Amino acid sequence: MSEILKAREKQIYRKDEHDFDLACEKQSLAGSVSQRACVFCGSRVVLYPIADALHLIHGPIGCAAFTWDIRGALSSGPELHRLSFSTDLREKDVVFGGETKLYDSLVELIDLHKPNAAFVYATCIVGLIGDDVDAVCKRVSQEKGIPVLPVHSEGFAGTKKDGYKAACEAMMRLTGTGPTEGISPHSVNILGDFNLAGEIWIIREYLQKMGVEVVANVTGDGRVADIQRAHGAALNLVQCSGSTIHLAKMMEEKYGTPFMRVSYAGIDDMASALYGIADFFGDEEMTRKTKELVKAELDAVFPEVRKYRKKLQGKRAALYVGGAFKAISLVKALKLLGMQVALAGTQTGNAEDYALLKDICDPGTIIVDDSNPLELCGFLKEKDVDLFIGGVKERPIAYKLGIGFCDHNHERKEALAGFVGMLNFASEVYATVMSPVFKYKYRDCKNERNRESA
Amino acid sequence: MSAIESLHSQTEDNAMVVDITKMATTKEKRKKAVSTTNACKLCEPLGASLVFRGVEQSMPIVHGSQGCATYIRRYIISHFNEPVDIASSNFSEAETVFGGAPSLVTALDNVIAKYSPKFIGVSSTCLTETIGDDMSAIVREYKKDRKDMLLPEIVTASTPSYAGTHIEGYHAAVKAIVEQMASGGPKLDKVNVFPGIVSAADLRHLKEIFAGFGLDYTLLPDYSETLDGSSKCEYENIPSGGTTIEAIREMGRAQGSVLFGLTQKSSQTGAGELKKRYDIPVHKLPLPIGIEQTDRLMRVLEQISGQPAPKFMEEERGRLVDAYIDGHKYIFGKRAAVYGEEDFVVSMAAFLTEIGVRPVICASGGESGRFAETIKKLLPEESEDIQVAEGVDFYEIGNMAKETGVDLVIGNSKGYRTARELGVPLVRVGFPIHDRIGGQRILSVGYRGTQNLFDTITNTIIARKQDSSPVGYTYM
Repeated sequence: MSEILKAREKQIYRKDEHDFDLACEKQSLAGSVSQRACVFCGSRVVLYPIADALHLIHGPIGCAAFTWDIRGALSSGPELHRLSFSTDLREKDVVFGGETKLYDSLVELIDLHKPNAAFVYATCIVGLIGDDVDAVCKRVSQEKGIPVLPVHSEGFAGTKKDGYKAACEAMMRLTGTGPTEGISPHSVNILGDFNLAGEIWIIREYLQKMGVEVVANVTGDGRVADIQRAHGAALNLVQCSGSTIHLAKMMEEKYGTPFMRVSYAGIDDMASALYGIADFFGDEEMTRKTKELVKAELDAVFPEVRKYRKKLQGKRAALYVGGAFKAISLVKALKLLGMQVALAGTQTGNAEDYALLKDICDPGTIIVDDSNPLELCGFLKEKDVDLFIGGVKERPIAYKLGIGFCDHNHERKEALAGFVGMLNFASEVYATVMSPVFKYKYRDCKNERNRESA
Repeated sequence: MSAIESLHSQTEDNAMVVDITKMATTKEKRKKAVSTTNACKLCEPLGASLVFRGVEQSMPIVHGSQGCATYIRRYIISHFNEPVDIASSNFSEAETVFGGAPSLVTALDNVIAKYSPKFIGVSSTCLTETIGDDMSAIVREYKKDRKDMLLPEIVTASTPSYAGTHIEGYHAAVKAIVEQMASGGPKLDKVNVFPGIVSAADLRHLKEIFAGFGLDYTLLPDYSETLDGSSKCEYENIPSGGTTIEAIREMGRAQGSVLFGLTQKSSQTGAGELKKRYDIPVHKLPLPIGIEQTDRLMRVLEQISGQPAPKFMEEERGRLVDAYIDGHKYIFGKRAAVYGEEDFVVSMAAFLTEIGVRPVICASGGESGRFAETIKKLLPEESEDIQVAEGVDFYEIGNMAKETGVDLVIGNSKGYRTARELGVPLVRVGFPIHDRIGGQRILSVGYRGTQNLFDTITNTIIARKQDSSPVGYTYM
């Protein structure tokens, strides 16, 4: 296929057509129009939903402007995270250094907004101009009496995944600093859900019904004080493994907190997550409640899902999302709707993720790492799909090709997690795949053909 | 030189709020915050990328971290709802020490291999400017090493985000294109048009207007089709449309240039560059929003073309005046906060005063140093109630609006939060429109665009009154 650059061939796999040895976790190829962002982006998306913290972006204006209120990250209380704070560095700061401006900005904003912590994101040029961000943070922290945490997220210093890691390291510094008295032995932290459209509230409700206490949300609808006492939880639930697995591993090492990888997308994965939690605690009462919960939810959801399935049976879908865990759940969810998955790709999957993904995909399915618009366009055309699932940057590709689209990232407004999320998902897929507007898409071609034959 | 051109004093009164009639003599200067909260501006490479997307068969490359290109793509996509491919040189850590030449070279190679563009526009970023990458030298070497290959035009623009806003980036890219591609020679019967940041619908209408005067024009940039394309049988790797390479080369031989926007120094614009190099006269005009501003354009085009305004313009002007009179009572004395790019705000403010709405806050994140002066020159004498604020963010705009009280807010989607907090409607116009579809199709230039704005603003105010009426009347 001509859309594929030679240097990228190893990052594309067609199931059962050749041996599986997918290259991944590589730096994006220059000039290939990767759909990925940068280190800063990784840190920003992970920490962003902590709603009572000040998120100050130290650098020129772009990084802050582009991430202002960029996605749902709903909060049940404070909404400080929805403001976009920047030191807005100028030429003279680049020449003389930005430390004073950083200090003054932090003091000014902390006095004004009274946050419970501050995160300071170092962007590309901060390291180059030699600002000692750590020292400024330390000083302000002492003066203001709140944690002020540097996040080393210089955009060029790795990939988005390194940004996740930097975010985890900043959060790790918060853990272990709050009181843990009174935390139930049946307690968890929810890692890797960002509450874009209220997902974490759905999960918390399930856990509450099971009798499980949630100590900290990491980070959807997150609070500083909760993360400070996160080490008191008995278990870490890790979704979206790329973004927060590093925190889970650090907490395991330092506090002995075990972690469990879960996914809340789709009926199967949601149910097995809840059963897994009940098994972990080994509490009979909890197991009984979990069974009740799952049964009640399935009874409510299944008949509806079946209706959609009737209509969607046999339709073809493609997906290209950020993390591989999400991709795996989506493949299962699409199968539940009777749909065929023709393409499954991710920006940041690792070898282990891709092996799992390969196992659940049908022969011929394309699995791709760190793709780009031209490749994706080629795959979509080749597989002649009815639906494409992705984020904002994938949407116009689908629409230009006249293919239905479902946003599984920043801009969605309906929760796709949990049992109810499966229904929301089915309803959105149905709305786009069955829309009558697509029948007009070939009109121009017909006209052109008519002209040719005339 | 027109009166408009002569109004550019060189004062660089950065980052302060100016009462334009009393100039901070009776009104205390606001204490400017050190930090920026909810910026009313974007970064330079975004402006440059927008320009580069408006050239025929073009691919933009942002020389910097992967994130710059990706964020810019995402931002522009959310406004235009179109595929916006922008490549990145994907700068890595080692290159901060050794320079970014290898990654830029790889990016050029890969973009050429995959997209076969006729044109590549490279913009720099904070990062590559700070380490001192000399992009023009890198490109020169690149071309030298590939002497035998048929290469696309490669234009480089210096656009570090710390040195200005997306407007400076926009103009830097336009200037770079003409500087590096246009050449002189015998005069052609053509006119150059530099539109500034306007919508795709605006660009289409400008073309219609210039064609209506029988003028052969070159519009740079022209993203009217590249960023607002139709549904096609085949996916175009690079969307069709855009200013042609050939037309750009001939821009040095035009009879004149029409430059929309008064706040940029001429020397920083494409039109100014062509004046300097090839002595092509510049007609510097405000964005044609409102009757007065569009009339100015009509006069200039009559002069350039030697033809009267086309009939459709006369008719649209007549209908617009008729509509102004039909709707005047609903909007008279209403107070508006207007924000966005300086040149946009200047023309919007002039238009609002024309219909009896008071633009009590005129605000921008830009800091050209000419904002207040320009507004002062365009607005009538009695404008004591108008505050002009440059270099401000939405936090500041919100505070000003709370203090002075406004009935509506006019500008891009980023003012939604402010409008919501104030409990007043937002009339969406400008860039970006992220919370509605069709931002690229909002028409605001010419009599027709003014008509659209007038109807929208008037109906917004009527709707607000109707919706909050206990009676729910069904006539106005």
